Amino acid sequence: MSDSSKPYNPVRYLTEDSRPLYLHYGEDFLTHKFPAGTRVVYANKPMKPIDNQGAAIRYALNHPEGDVKPLYAQLKPGMKVTIAIDDISVPLPPMKTPDIRQKVLEIVLQMLADHGVEDVEMVVALALHRRMTGPEIKRMVGPEIFNEYYPERLYNMDAEDEDNMVFLGETDHGEKVQIVRRAAESDLLIYVNVNYVPMNGGFKSIGTGLSGYQSIQYHHNPQTILKSDSYMDPKNSALYSSNERMGRMINEKLNVFHIETALNNKMYDDQLQFLADPEDDWSTADELKFKSMQWTLKQLPRAAKRNFFHKVPADYGLVGVFAGATEAVHEKTLEKCWQQHAVPVEGQSDVVVWGIPFESPYNVNSIMNPLLVRVMALGYFFNMYRGKPIVKKGGTLIITHPCYDQFDPDHHPSYIEFFNRCLPETRCSKTLGKRWEKEFAENPNYIEMFRRGNAYHGVHPFYMWYWAENGQHHVGRVIVVGAENDHVPARMGWLSAKTMDEALEMAAEHHGSDHDLTVMHHPPFVIADVR
Amino acid sequence: MEPHSDTRRTAAFYDVDGTLIRTNVVHAYAYYAINSPAMGDKIGKTAGLLASLPLYWIADKFDRRVFNEAFYKNYAGFSEDRLVLIGEEIFEKVIKPNIFKGAHSLVERSKRQGHDQILVTGALDVITKPLADFLGCKDFVANRLEIKDGKATGRLLKPMIAGANKALWVRRYAEEHGYDLDRSFAYADSGSDIPLLSVVGNPCAINPDFKMRTTARAYDWPVLNLD
Repeated sequence: MSDSSKPYNPVRYLTEDSRPLYLHYGEDFLTHKFPAGTRVVYANKPMKPIDNQGAAIRYALNHPEGDVKPLYAQLKPGMKVTIAIDDISVPLPPMKTPDIRQKVLEIVLQMLADHGVEDVEMVVALALHRRMTGPEIKRMVGPEIFNEYYPERLYNMDAEDEDNMVFLGETDHGEKVQIVRRAAESDLLIYVNVNYVPMNGGFKSIGTGLSGYQSIQYHHNPQTILKSDSYMDPKNSALYSSNERMGRMINEKLNVFHIETALNNKMYDDQLQFLADPEDDWSTADELKFKSMQWTLKQLPRAAKRNFFHKVPADYGLVGVFAGATEAVHEKTLEKCWQQHAVPVEGQSDVVVWGIPFESPYNVNSIMNPLLVRVMALGYFFNMYRGKPIVKKGGTLIITHPCYDQFDPDHHPSYIEFFNRCLPETRCSKTLGKRWEKEFAENPNYIEMFRRGNAYHGVHPFYMWYWAENGQHHVGRVIVVGAENDHVPARMGWLSAKTMDEALEMAAEHHGSDHDLTVMHHPPFVIADVR
Repeated sequence: MEPHSDTRRTAAFYDVDGTLIRTNVVHAYAYYAINSPAMGDKIGKTAGLLASLPLYWIADKFDRRVFNEAFYKNYAGFSEDRLVLIGEEIFEKVIKPNIFKGAHSLVERSKRQGHDQILVTGALDVITKPLADFLGCKDFVANRLEIKDGKATGRLLKPMIAGANKALWVRRYAEEHGYDLDRSFAYADSGSDIPLLSVVGNPCAINPDFKMRTTARAYDWPVLNLD
């Protein structure tokens, strides 16, 4: 439900008089006047947030979903409790403080203390993501919790620490289930989740979040990705099904209590909220603000722009909090997610345009390298649908990004080798996986950088490549507008256009002049309910 | 992974000082000097060492070989058997507590990957051997003192292991033992060891100094911080 009193239609058709649209272009914006008749899909208006977050959290803990006791009824002195927490990859951008995880943890920790539970540890559920830095964890949980618990009782998990990872067994599909030892040996495992996209949460929280390469390889592979008819639609996602099998097995062996939170899509504070609105609804002041912002960004060096963007937090509000059994909780969370993000769209398009922003789940406080640009386009944005993809089979994607050949050597060291050594030889996921995945996953340099530094696991670039597998197989071509070099698009297998007009002409050459054209106005992100 | 067509063996070559251990040869020598049985000796050696530290530092920055030549003069007159005993003692008391926490894990994982572990260091062989044994290394190369009449002369046997020499040694060693350098690994911390990292397919800078860090960044070599 929109918080506006006027009915708001997020799907618009441009006219001759329509304003130019702005598109994200890395750390900048491009503007382009699209032809009349272009369909533009905007995000829904942000849902009204819950005012009293504390009350909502307490209510959820005391009135759990599914066949489980309220949290307080499960607590007794002397028990061992582990709290797993979603990492920095959600939400994007990071939310204004206090982060919702802090609010949940403050209440949960108080409840544990009130019931005499002293053996409590909190673990950041990284899976194969990079370790969060101390200041990042402090920002997420708040200074009080951080000062009291970090680093002995609040820490990053280490999926490569063999002594502290255990195998719980195998699913009926032969998938090995590996999990953090402390979680497996606890009397109660509480998972504090931030549900930013429907892909996350539910069985995936523990099934992926607390496991390592030995488990994740069963679903993060080209075959499973190809069988996922949108990651955002758990019912049709082979990726989620694998997590579900693992999750069910975990639930049989452990006492698990999920706390899921659903956020609205208010990425921008009131000053910049116009960026989420249709350009044709902007006031003159909004237009001036946008033009001055665009001009200022153009003057700044890229590093300064990147710094600026990473420092602007999102103004997300809480729209739902549910606790209890995995499936029952997740069902409720998904309802809220769909309510906020799903936009009904009539029919697919031959050509779809989206601007690629400065940030993906894997480069918070870092660089959006070429592999992350690709995963954003063909992995995340492509999968933002339910029913059918917004682009027709064999259709054309037009994306805007500078495609700079830049990598963060501390966060993405193995990406550099993957991009420069493996990709020039082949773009085939299966071949890449067969020839090099194991070598990268077991490379001692990358493992130690993952364990002791802030590097993503050595295998991560492969997952990024696989992640785009269903998008890659579906679309006919990708045209990138505004690439500042030739070799990055070429290595990705993309066509390159200097301007949007040129890209639209290239698309028209293929699809004819009467092709359907849709612009998906991400972010805030939209999930197209394509009928 | 497809079986690699190249059946040659692979190795991981490690510089030692600052790479696997927190300490360095000066520290080890200082320990030796302080623990020397003759008090006069101790004072003399320690004072001499301390007085010449800035000189060592400058020499080290200038050229590792110059540093080594200057430094090892301090060992003149030590008996061979005593050097071995002291080496073991230095390892137990100075080197072992200063092995980086992550070094063990790195070496173990590398071993599990089937790479032979080899230390390449400008430190003395008597100190390096116990470390190599402790880490389970297959081989090591280190500097050796020239011994005449059972006493160290203070000179090193040629060729001296330092800087570019390490790279040369690794190339020769690989040829002699049939190692595939393209698939091998090397680890070092100091700018003087850039040549060592340059001869393998998988270089990695550990706790790099400024020169090594800037080079590693320029060539996209992984940078690993051990503590």
